[in-house]
Amino acid sequence: MNNLAQISEQRDFVVSSSSLKDVRSFSREVFEKVNIEQDLKDELVLAIAEAAQNIVKHAYQGEDTEDKMEIKISLANGNLEIGFFDKGRPVEKDKIRHRKIDDIKPGGLGTFFIQQIMDAVVFKEGEKPWINHLILSKKINY
Amino acid sequence: MSYKVTEEGGISIVHLDGEIDMDVTEKAKEIIMPLIEAKKEVHLNLKEVQYMDSSGISVLIESHQKATELGTKVILKDISKSVLKVIMMAKLEQILNLG
Repeated sequence: MNNLAQISEQRDFVVSSSSLKDVRSFSREVFEKVNIEQDLKDELVLAIAEAAQNIVKHAYQGEDTEDKMEIKISLANGNLEIGFFDKGRPVEKDKIRHRKIDDIKPGGLGTFFIQQIMDAVVFKEGEKPWINHLILSKKINY
Repeated sequence: MSYKVTEEGGISIVHLDGEIDMDVTEKAKEIIMPLIEAKKEVHLNLKEVQYMDSSGISVLIESHQKATELGTKVILKDISKSVLKVIMMAKLEQILNLG
C-alpha cells in the first residue's frame, strides 16, 4: 500500500461483455496499491466497469468484434484520471444523458452511476488509431 | 454467476451467487422471469452477490415491474452490502421490495 501513490497503468481488453470481469479485476488490482477506503475503491471499479460497458453497448452496439479498448488509470498528486479509448462508432456527445432518476425503468443507469461517482466526465475525439476518448476524473484524498 | 432455485410454501426462492453484470443478465432473466410469469411470489436472495452493476439493477427493476403487472411480487432478501449500496445509489430502495 502506498500513501503517495503515483500510478499509471493501462491494459487492453477485447470489446465484449465477457471482458467486463477482467476490467474489474484490472481496476481492483490497481486500486489495491492506493490507500483509500474500500467503499471508494468499489465505487471507482463500478464507474470504470460502467464506462467499459457503455463502449460494448453503445460504441459497438453489442456487435461481435475483435477490436480492443484500452483503459488507462493514472493517479498523481491526488488527481485520478481514467482514460477509455475505443475504435467504435463516434460518440454523439449531445445524445449522452442518463434517464431521469425518478423515471423507473430498466436501463440508462450506467451513466448516472458514473456521474454520481466521478467529479468530471469528458468526451474527446480520439487520436489515431482511436475514435473515442473518454476521460473520467476525480480528486482523491489519500 | 451461479444460482439455486428452491420452493417453500408456494414461494420461489432464487439464490444468486457471484457477480451480476451485463454478461449474465440474460441468464438471470431466464431464471427469474418464468417464475414471475407463472405468477409465483419470488424471493431473490442476494446474500452472496458480491457485485452488481446497472445491468443487474435493470433486471431487478424489470422483475419488479413484471411481477406488479401480473399481480404478484418480487422481494429482495438478505441483500449484500455492496448490492444495497448500488440500489441506494439508483434511489430504488423505496421502489423495490426489500425484505
